[in-house]
Amino acid sequence: MNILVIAELHEDSLRKSTHSAVTFAKNVGAPFSILVLGSGADKAAQEAATFGAQKVLVADDASLKDPLAERYAPVIAQVAKAGNFDVVVVTASSYGKDIAPRVAAKLGAGYATDISGVKNDGGKLTFKRPVYAGNAFGYCEIQTPVKVVSVRQSEFAAAEPSGGASPVEKIAVAAADPAAARVEFVSLEAAKSERPDLGEAKVIVSGGRALKERFAEVLDPLANLLGAAVGASRAACDAGYAPPELQVGQTGRVVAPQLYFAIGISGAIQHLAGMKGSKNIVAINKDPEAPIFQVADYGLVQDLFTAVPELITELKK
Amino acid sequence: MKVLVPLKRVSDPDNANKIKIAGGKIDTTGLEWKPNPFDEYAVETALRLTENGTSPKQRLGEVVVVTFGPKETEMTLRAALATGADRAIRIDAKDEDLDGDLIARALKALVEKEKPDLVLAGKQAVDGDSNQVGQLLAEYLGWPQATFAGTIKSEDDKSLVVGREVDGGTVNVRVTLPAVVSVDLRIVAPKSVTSKHTPPTHNYADGVRFAALMAIMAAKKKPLVEVKLADLTTDTALKIKYSAFEPPAARKAGVKVKTVAELVGKLKTEAKVL
Ligand SMILES: Cc1cc2nc3c(=O)[nH]c(=O)nc-3n(C[C@H](O)[C@H](O)[C@H](O)COP(=O)(O)OP(=O)(O)OC[C@H]3O[C@@H](n4cnc5c(N)ncnc54)[C@H](O)[C@@H]3O)c2cc1C
Repeated sequence: MNILVIAELHEDSLRKSTHSAVTFAKNVGAPFSILVLGSGADKAAQEAATFGAQKVLVADDASLKDPLAERYAPVIAQVAKAGNFDVVVVTASSYGKDIAPRVAAKLGAGYATDISGVKNDGGKLTFKRPVYAGNAFGYCEIQTPVKVVSVRQSEFAAAEPSGGASPVEKIAVAAADPAAARVEFVSLEAAKSERPDLGEAKVIVSGGRALKERFAEVLDPLANLLGAAVGASRAACDAGYAPPELQVGQTGRVVAPQLYFAIGISGAIQHLAGMKGSKNIVAINKDPEAPIFQVADYGLVQDLFTAVPELITELKK
Repeated sequence: MKVLVPLKRVSDPDNANKIKIAGGKIDTTGLEWKPNPFDEYAVETALRLTENGTSPKQRLGEVVVVTFGPKETEMTLRAALATGADRAIRIDAKDEDLDGDLIARALKALVEKEKPDLVLAGKQAVDGDSNQVGQLLAEYLGWPQATFAGTIKSEDDKSLVVGREVDGGTVNVRVTLPAVVSVDLRIVAPKSVTSKHTPPTHNYADGVRFAALMAIMAAKKKPLVEVKLADLTTDTALKIKYSAFEPPAARKAGVKVKTVAELVGKLKTEAKVL
């Protein structure tokens, strides 16, 4: 068996999400290579070469400047075919979820998403994945010879560099699909933040609708003090109190930090789906019946507008 | 503009914690069937693109809804017709005989017959949570895609500017039709969809529209046809098979603390996370 790990880049470096896909490959226990795609990918390729991959393949081309599925998928499929890879893995970030299905379709491969575990039984792979917003787990097998999967970053710890240097090989970029001529990257409205990424943060301070216009005013000082990422419920994002990319949940980010603060969040099923895997959950809510208390390790029934400032004072002691 | 919207019925997502697992299978008995919320958002989006928001009764394009399922799933289609969709197609199949890939391949054949300008899909179904049909379909058709749309601006019915919600922010892309767009939650915000028909000053109500009683009656007369899966694809082998299901590990019962000081104490000495 032979695994192809698709790297995800941020500017010119590897995103940590890539490290989780490497861990998946290591858990399967088969040789793996890493494919780095982008424009100006040298630095990321050097990073990728430190994980014990057989090879690092680099597709470096101006046409890959922006991650468009219509441009990335043909390159990935071509590399997967040329190298006879059996499994293609990408992390289930928005990047991975956008691109991987097109790769699968090109390869005639089955594609399973959001994998949270894998078992290799003498070459037979069984994948575990959450369904019904994490209210059940299914064990599935992909029936096709080539398999494409996206894996949950929160379930596969980031691989540490194992030293050494894999050989780095440049590859020629396959011609883009005709569809690529019909999609144009216009702009990225990126959230500029000094805070850690939700997928990587050890502590997350998450807020709900209850915070209203005071979302940032109340939560930022706590997040700053703890070096935490800020998250939000859908209701808070929809109401415009927090930007959409902070949404944690079934359809937002799936996170699993050491410590998760749910502040003024009721604990709807769709929110729990994104944060139930956190090691320690603290809930602050003035309603003692709020469903969030059913999953919280520590629950505090109090008005958040008094509790959060108090918490900051107490932490500073 | 002609828009095709694939719809799925799912068991009530807000009661997903009540599902049971018996004999390695998921048992949703007792739960109600509902349309997949993302698909309802896709229908709402399609309606906004094919009407003048200030006089929505006059249709300025066509919205065709399609589902895969047994006879009962026609209820889901009728509900979409009642909110304003023009026509419906049911592809006769059982849930257990389908996976995302087969649905995408069958939809490809349907698209080739129907020739819509746009396929608007929900980004995922909230039962299988697979998030793949739109992207697979786009690839099978050789069409461009814009996934996880939070906003759509249609300037001229030939191209759309789509605001895609991604992990790091919003990516704006322009796709030339025909294309596949999958929609995310915020697509039903009051100003998230702007079509060339609706005055820019118009604000939609937040969320999806409800069907009036009259419209529910009228929907009974709208065209709904049945198509056999075999007429769309003869290769009906599944690419993914499930061997078992299990419930998630239960979280150990937590404790309620009385004060902030007690909370901080526990986080320091018990959980040791501070
Ligand atoms: C298709 C679909 C997908 C969805 N995906 C997601 C998702 O990914 N993520 C997500 O989060 N949601 C998602 N939702 C929405 C979800 O169902 C809930 O509506 C949402 O999580 C509620 O957010 P909330 O808890 O902030 O707001 P509310 O439900 O309004 O709860 C606010 C809470 O704050 C408490 N409160 C109010 N004032 C105070 C105060 N002063 N001090 C302390 N506590 C206070 C209240 O007691 C209440 O518990 C989705 C819904 C649908 C239909």
